[in-house]
Amino acid sequence: MKQPSAFVDRMLYILLVPAMFVSLYLIFIWSPIEKQMGASQKIFYFHVSTAWVAFLAFFVVGYYCVLMLKRPTEDRFIKAGISAEIGVVFTTITLLTGMIWGKSAWNTWWTWEPRLVTVLILLFIYIAYLFVRKMEGTWEKIAKLSAVFGIIGCINVPIVFMAIRWWNTKLHPVVFGEGKNQSGGGVEPDMLVTLLFCIGTITLLYLFMMRKGIEIEKMRLTVRKAKSRVIEKLAS
Amino acid sequence: MKIILADALTIAAKDLRNELKSKQTSGMMIIFSSLVILIFSFAFDPTNNTVKAIIPGLIWVITIFSGLLGLNRSFISEQENDSLTGLKVAPIDPSSIFLGKVVANLVLVTIVQMLSIPILFLLFDYKFHGDLIWFLLIVLTATIGFIVIGTFLAALAANAKNSEMLLPVLLLPLLSPLMIGAVQATKIVLEQEGITDAISWLQLMAAYDLLFFAACFFLFEYLMEGS
Amino acid sequence: MLELKEITKIIGDKIILRNFSLALAPGESVAVIGPNGAGKSTFFKLAAGLMQPTSGEILLNGEQIKKKTHLLKKRIGYLGHESFLYSALTPLENLRFYGKLYKVKNIEEKGMELLKAVGLHYFKDIPIRSFSRGMIQRLAIARVLLTEPDFLLLDEPHTGLDQEAVSLLNLLIKERQEKGIAILLISHDFEQVIQVCERVLILNKGRVVEDKSIDHQRGLMPFKNWYEAAVSGK
Repeated sequence: MKQPSAFVDRMLYILLVPAMFVSLYLIFIWSPIEKQMGASQKIFYFHVSTAWVAFLAFFVVGYYCVLMLKRPTEDRFIKAGISAEIGVVFTTITLLTGMIWGKSAWNTWWTWEPRLVTVLILLFIYIAYLFVRKMEGTWEKIAKLSAVFGIIGCINVPIVFMAIRWWNTKLHPVVFGEGKNQSGGGVEPDMLVTLLFCIGTITLLYLFMMRKGIEIEKMRLTVRKAKSRVIEKLAS
Repeated sequence: MKIILADALTIAAKDLRNELKSKQTSGMMIIFSSLVILIFSFAFDPTNNTVKAIIPGLIWVITIFSGLLGLNRSFISEQENDSLTGLKVAPIDPSSIFLGKVVANLVLVTIVQMLSIPILFLLFDYKFHGDLIWFLLIVLTATIGFIVIGTFLAALAANAKNSEMLLPVLLLPLLSPLMIGAVQATKIVLEQEGITDAISWLQLMAAYDLLFFAACFFLFEYLMEGS
Repeated sequence: MLELKEITKIIGDKIILRNFSLALAPGESVAVIGPNGAGKSTFFKLAAGLMQPTSGEILLNGEQIKKKTHLLKKRIGYLGHESFLYSALTPLENLRFYGKLYKVKNIEEKGMELLKAVGLHYFKDIPIRSFSRGMIQRLAIARVLLTEPDFLLLDEPHTGLDQEAVSLLNLLIKERQEKGIAILLISHDFEQVIQVCERVLILNKGRVVEDKSIDHQRGLMPFKNWYEAAVSGK
């Protein structure tokens, strides 16, 4: 049982470290500097890839929430929690990088741009989800309650995006070709390669953190169980 | 289905009778919303004409804040004598508890709105020129969505010790799309702009209502399962 | 006939009940006793349909109860620690509300009858907020009996009652039992256990350690000694 998991961890680590350096090289040296924005555009790579992971982590939470409703197991409960915790970190990074980007692109720290606001609300839902998990009670009860909240939160995210998009259609920094002839539409192929590589690296980082987080949480659980066993033994 | 509805009405009638006797929650909600209006009139000078622009937003701020008070009570009040367990052991579908609470809360919040919105217009000296039917329809649609998700989360939060603090933290992020729609649609109607825009917001809100009603209706059973 | 077959319930990582089996025939009265944390309340919650067992099955008149808990719930009267009553409402309103949920016919008549039986008919229009603990408990009994259950689950019904209320409660229980209603009682009060019940189960650490019928002739002391011997594990 123990051997293959350690192997996967090591493989992830071995892949992750060089990938990090390669993506840093790609971002800062290899990829061309954007004409309008200059060097500050580089933050875009971090921004997009952390945003991607923020949403990925959220849907992982949602996935485990659905599974948990079917049959709550400790494993699923831990996975959903760790994914949410990592999600909070990445959502915060996304927001910060987004604000820096906004400052240099539109000369304002904050705009009510649909994606940015969606991410902000996503952060709030994540935090609310973690609050639900911090409630007192048996883990089975909390698992059920948090799963229900996770699912409701998951349903909400696309609606938030739609609503805000509808609300404010003025500032769309559409980078990929989906927008209708907006300036700045489309990326240069070199940039795209860098971006995709970055997304891959950050996803790898997410996987690695996920596995480590689960391991730590399980250790914590083992210790807690051992503790309560000792207390029980001493009491009786 | 019919039985669920009948049970829901029984529960709603019980809640409303309870409320009619004590008038605690509704009284608090009305006083609270009046106080919010008062504070807002200090914060934004009502004699200033530009303040009229924030009226649509104020309507929803009042509704949500006073509604939160009522929602908090709706499941906490069931903890006295543990009567929620009484409902759980009764031979009824758990969703009828949800439905009953939604109906009771909706009636309560609507009553509060019927008082607080005129008070708001009065104190801010706002002359209503919009289309009344559309205005009421928008208010009702958004309020239903608010109550549906609010009741559901109140049931969830009631499991925690600090539920009155937890509920807003859970509820407000989930309400954001509904509130965007509600404020925009209200603004359009009040400022007598094109009604077609309001209709598309109304559709968004109706979709939100339906989606969350279905989700909450089916998920409520999991909240009621004991542990 | 209510049967629980090889019920196991695990909450968190604790096994609350292990292979618990019990058959309850009409007219039987069984007491479940045991130290705190033995799983008595959990067993009641399972029987009342508040919880699903981790494994094992519950049969009502030979029919399996899985998702159809409302069938089970309709036949069971659950009297818990708490009264489940609404303190702003009057006794009659409380009964009316629960009667509607249980689809009881002629609620008014039956309600009045029961209020008389528990001696609360003078107070039928007063909100129960001002009631004493004993009065509330009596009303709670009326609430349970109103629904005409086949099985009465009584979770420490005697706590906090004065002598008069206790004898009234015992009388009502006996009356129902003679009509063929099965009774399950959890109690720490051995005196009442001996008075009310014919059979007794001792639960300890989620297991049934003893199951025998009560010898009413022998009195309280031998019963206590026997209980202590059973719990301490000989």
